[in-house]
Amino acid sequence: MKKLIVILIIGSIVAACGGGNSHAPAATTASTENSTAASGNPSYDPNRGEGKFKDVQINPKLDVALAGEGEKVYNVKCGSCHKLSEERLVGPGWKAVTTRHEAAWILNFITNTDAMLNVDPKAQAQLEICLVRMPNQSLTDKEALSLYEFMRKNDGVK
Amino acid sequence: MTHFSSKQWALLIGCFSLSMFACKPKNTGSAVGADAAAKAYVAPGQYDQFYNFVSGGFSGQMSVYGLPSGRLLRVIPVFSVDPEKGWGYSEETKAMLNTSHGMVPWDDLHHTELSQTNGEIDGRWVFGNANNTPRVARIDLTTFRTAEIIELPNSAGNHSSPFITENTEYVVAGTRFSVPPDDANGDVAIDTYKDNFKGTISFISVDKNDGKMDIAFQLQCPGVNFDLSHAGKGKSNGWFFFSCYNTEKASTLLEVNASQRDKDFIMAVNWKKAEEYIKAGKGRKQSVKYASNRYDEKTHTATSQIKTEVLVLDVKDFKDICYFIPCPKSPHGCDVDPTGEYIVGSGKLAALVPVFSFDKIQKAIAAKDFIGDYDGIPVIKYESALHGELQKPGLGPLHTEFDGKGNAYTSFFVSSEVVKWNIKDLKVLDRAATYYSIGHLTIPGGDSKKPDPKYLIAYNKITKDRYLPTGPELSQSAQLFDISGDKMQLILDFPTIGEPHYAQAVEASVLRDKSVKFFKIEDNFHPYASKGEGDAKVVRKGNQVHVNLTLIRSHLTPDNIEGIKVGDEVYFHTTNLEQDWDVPHGFAIKGALTAELLVMPGETTTLKWIPKKAGMYPMYCTDFCSALHQEMSGYIRVSPAGSNVPISFSTGTNLPKSTVNSKK
Repeated sequence: MKKLIVILIIGSIVAACGGGNSHAPAATTASTENSTAASGNPSYDPNRGEGKFKDVQINPKLDVALAGEGEKVYNVKCGSCHKLSEERLVGPGWKAVTTRHEAAWILNFITNTDAMLNVDPKAQAQLEICLVRMPNQSLTDKEALSLYEFMRKNDGVK
Repeated sequence: MTHFSSKQWALLIGCFSLSMFACKPKNTGSAVGADAAAKAYVAPGQYDQFYNFVSGGFSGQMSVYGLPSGRLLRVIPVFSVDPEKGWGYSEETKAMLNTSHGMVPWDDLHHTELSQTNGEIDGRWVFGNANNTPRVARIDLTTFRTAEIIELPNSAGNHSSPFITENTEYVVAGTRFSVPPDDANGDVAIDTYKDNFKGTISFISVDKNDGKMDIAFQLQCPGVNFDLSHAGKGKSNGWFFFSCYNTEKASTLLEVNASQRDKDFIMAVNWKKAEEYIKAGKGRKQSVKYASNRYDEKTHTATSQIKTEVLVLDVKDFKDICYFIPCPKSPHGCDVDPTGEYIVGSGKLAALVPVFSFDKIQKAIAAKDFIGDYDGIPVIKYESALHGELQKPGLGPLHTEFDGKGNAYTSFFVSSEVVKWNIKDLKVLDRAATYYSIGHLTIPGGDSKKPDPKYLIAYNKITKDRYLPTGPELSQSAQLFDISGDKMQLILDFPTIGEPHYAQAVEASVLRDKSVKFFKIEDNFHPYASKGEGDAKVVRKGNQVHVNLTLIRSHLTPDNIEGIKVGDEVYFHTTNLEQDWDVPHGFAIKGALTAELLVMPGETTTLKWIPKKAGMYPMYCTDFCSALHQEMSGYIRVSPAGSNVPISFSTGTNLPKSTVNSKK
């Protein structure tokens, strides 16, 4: 309930900032305004990040089929910039990524990239190293979950 | 020698400029009100209220402006090549400019027309005409790209186009230059015009669902010049009205010889009747050649097909398709009011504007109230078709748009003004000067059943002193008027591309949310698409080399290519792997005799390159994409013909030899 109230407050701040903007839809200005709203917000959860994923239930056992789906998505949308080893290419290598971040953080980052780069301290620290803003690759929720499963497989989950 | 102090200079200049303005009664200062800036101001980050689709005239393109700010939002390449966007240079788009004459890299786009449903703008497509090599283009308003271009046989100077019926069943194309039909011998003496030349009007069908165009039928008409046209609407739906000049059938010094008759014609066409004759099999099959070019969003590729037959109705053989209505002195604009009752003909050389009544035309046809015929087409008695004449409105009337409140706005080229007048009682209500010599004018929805009369835009032919001088050539000027009150108020000047002729405007909300932001990579069916860097490769097939190359911030894959030989035909099939809005990548190669490619996210586009000289050729991304954009580049090694350097390609592994050695 507390979280819901916080979200509502942030929402109303964003809406208030957008006031008088008769033509531009809220979405065009929302990303920048989110950043001021959330970074000044002490209740921002840096482990969860910003986005729709909250309490993600992870089965200790690997879903092999789902990880296979994720590998296909990786080849099309991620592999140009991320190696599966520890080596950085454009972005960081994926080895051990699932031990560095919580599942919700990863899922939020890959689906809500722009907003996270604007507010999240860990994402911003990474940007300072890589200097290329990670593109939003327009992943569906299903694709995001499959990618997470593929990351787990890459990290040795059986 | 006299020396002036700076104060004296200022005084002199002041006096001089005062006297200059004194000589020019119609100066800007007197025409612009104090609140004009606020009315045209759109604050940074805010959107305009209207999209304005403006013909690019001799640029061959169509431009999109925001109103009321006059901001140029986009130039859509249509009939002319556009190296900036690779239009006509990429392998995928070359076919769009194909014609029965071969690839034509330029044309003259005069009029724009937004598609309608029930007589209202529906925001699906905008059409444009090519005046020189007769064609009609359809632009998809989800991508703002030209989706289709169809060529028109039996035509020359496709000026009376691309006007539409009220449900976009048809786009029409009336020929400005009459010519011998394509299946006749055109190698005849020019002075046999009266015997051999015909005027043709094409009815192009538009598929309700996907917009695909085909020539449904053509009307073969007397050899006059068809100038402009508009469809009936509401009560007059089923009819089309075309202005005709040169009823003298002159073929030389038209300036004099086509201005002899006191009246030329508006031609009324009962297109539903023509449609019936076609359905009944009355069309004559004529052997012709014309190109039908379509762009497929799934393969990101255009194909051109040459078609070889059209159905023709010779209107003199069908007594109830066409009727001529006399109209004073070389009519130009031919505009139908929102109710469909009034048809305004604007004789370029006339001192009055006649308004015809659809009801009266119908009565006259029923009563056979004809004064004779012209080449076998009945001519309705002028007075019997006339609602009334707008007397002494101004000089050189050209075009009329409507506000849906009973008023018409007509442009006057010679007296350089817009005149607002009431259609029913034919009284002039207001005049506004334009700078200078207005041609077309636009009110959003102003030729539809439902105008949105907040603004009027004048598209002027002469610019002169409106902007800072830029040498002999000046941008043509458009001017925005607020017409929400009783009086027109000038609020903004803005420059345009090419020469703007007709333009249309629509409330932004009709289009804004339908705009495509990127192409889904999953839906890319280009035969050489690379869905991920794993698909990147270089394959030799004889002297053809196909490179599957990917683009993503901020590298090319592959970025090191060897084994290319002089004389090879190298095809770079570049796929942009980004899946986000506004992240195009560009692609260019030193010495390529084409242009750059501009590849949208999820799209595959191909650059063909035939290296002529052995050596090292850099390639790079031309569209600043990230902090490491300058790093987005690569090398292609070209060896002499007959060399045995094998094909090899890589990204990130072909490290300098010294580095490899030092690691060992």
